[in-house]
Amino acid sequence: MIPAVSISLQVNGERIEAHVLPRLNLADFLREHLKLTGTHVGCEHGVCGACTVRVNGDIVRSCLMLAAQTNGASIETIEGLSDSGEISDLQAAFRERNALQCGFCTPGMLVTAQDLLLQEAEPDRERIREHLSGNYCRCTGYQAIVDAVASTARARTGRGA
Amino acid sequence: MKASAFSYARATSVVNAIELLAEHGDRAKVLSGGQSLMPAMNLRLISPELIVDIGDLTELRGIAVTGDRLRIGALTRHVDLLNSADVAKHAPLISEAITHVAHAAIRNRGTIGGSLAHADPAAELPASMVALKATIIVEGPAGERQIAAEDFFTGIYETALEVDELLVAVEVPVAQRNSAHYFSEFARRHGDYGIVGLAAQAVVDGDILTDLRLAYFSVGDRPVLAMAATKLLNVAVTPAVLLEASETLGEELDPQEDQQASVSMRRHLAKVLLARCVATLLGRPELSAGEVL
Ligand SMILES: Cc1cc2nc3c(=O)[nH]c(=O)nc-3n(C[C@H](O)[C@H](O)[C@H](O)COP(=O)(O)OP(=O)(O)OC[C@H]3O[C@@H](n4cnc5c(N)ncnc54)[C@H](O)[C@@H]3O)c2cc1C
Ligand code: FES
Ligand code: FES
Repeated sequence: MIPAVSISLQVNGERIEAHVLPRLNLADFLREHLKLTGTHVGCEHGVCGACTVRVNGDIVRSCLMLAAQTNGASIETIEGLSDSGEISDLQAAFRERNALQCGFCTPGMLVTAQDLLLQEAEPDRERIREHLSGNYCRCTGYQAIVDAVASTARARTGRGA
Repeated sequence: MKASAFSYARATSVVNAIELLAEHGDRAKVLSGGQSLMPAMNLRLISPELIVDIGDLTELRGIAVTGDRLRIGALTRHVDLLNSADVAKHAPLISEAITHVAHAAIRNRGTIGGSLAHADPAAELPASMVALKATIIVEGPAGERQIAAEDFFTGIYETALEVDELLVAVEVPVAQRNSAHYFSEFARRHGDYGIVGLAAQAVVDGDILTDLRLAYFSVGDRPVLAMAATKLLNVAVTPAVLLEASETLGEELDPQEDQQASVSMRRHLAKVLLARCVATLLGRPELSAGEVL
């Protein structure tokens, strides 16, 4: 029998204590143990970006991190970013610009785009594409996503949407 | 897919990690950033019985300059290399190479030690270490070994590391006043592994190359240090000289064929990179104008 590992972490500001099997990855821990199903699981090998979350402020692939590695960490998921209102303008821009269709990639896109906007106030389209280059979207063709991120950047720096 | 079951140990010190590796041999795997190991486990390409997580070993993290050496700890993340003023000043080749490694979310976890130990022949950092004449420092039950980067990479995903050894750091000589570098790769998308890439480190004296190390990646089972460089040393580089070097390069490279590129396409791209590299290092754009292939 493989022993469980005890972890103590914060998820969206709430303290969580859990016993997890070593093989459980963070994405499955969030989805199945905490029922935070906004974090999507596509490829499970780091390629699609649908599972992107924040760990201690940095965006990471939750399919490539073990739940056991999150002891002491602070995790923020799309639920946390939505509920706090941190990305409400970005979400509105995605709606207005048709930057989502099926929505599968959207949580990862939002978390990744917000990461860029926190680092750079005025990224150009090239920078936006580069930062989102690890996130797949099979519906939109990306143009509308870049539009939504660019217009949010403009609005946040007071240059109009 | 999901990884198969394994046990998990959080190493408490370098010595403790080495003890665990010595005890479990090739049934154990070191977990650093997990950005190559976890995909391989999730795809069940490998199924280790024990994961030794070295993430808490803060002594393996960090970048320091001592004398004429830049030392980078194994746990230093790609993003730390990207943002380091010391790396930008003393080993700008690394600062440039790292922008081509994966994507932001992966660079936030992936480490230099993991990248070098993983030894993907298409990876940017191993070739950069060969170009920079880096020394790779490993520690095992018998103590420390220092291995030249050229001798460290021994095949596809294969290195000189023994199963009970930990890569602890890498050291590179700091750039000199007339050092110059060049890095470029052809990739399907930014952040993908290169189809063919070149990491080069040089010493330029006026318009003469007095030293040149051309480390190609994705053209063999490990980084390839091209001997064609010798044709370009201590001579006035004319189109004819460059053509001769280019032909030598074509003869010495023995690239693989895969879904991404044929053998002849890889050879061609390697020559294009050579011309661009020399043109950039010498500040003579006409040398890469196209004829010299
Ligand atoms: C979608 C995607 C795209 C990527 N694109 C690129 C790319 O373009 N270029 C590129 O170079 N890489 C790329 N990577 C890989 C990434 O750079 C990894 O971070 C890196 O290859 C491995 O570093 P790690 O710290 O994550 O190592 P891990 O995944 O933790 O470990 C990798 C291997 O090295 C061993 N190991 C790790 N640390 C040590 C140590 N200190 N001593 C001994 N053995 C050790 C492990 O046991 C394992 O076998 C990509 C990854 C993904 C998921
Ligand atoms: S599910 Fe994690 S990157 Fe695709
Ligand atoms: S909206 Fe469907 S994958 Fe992006």
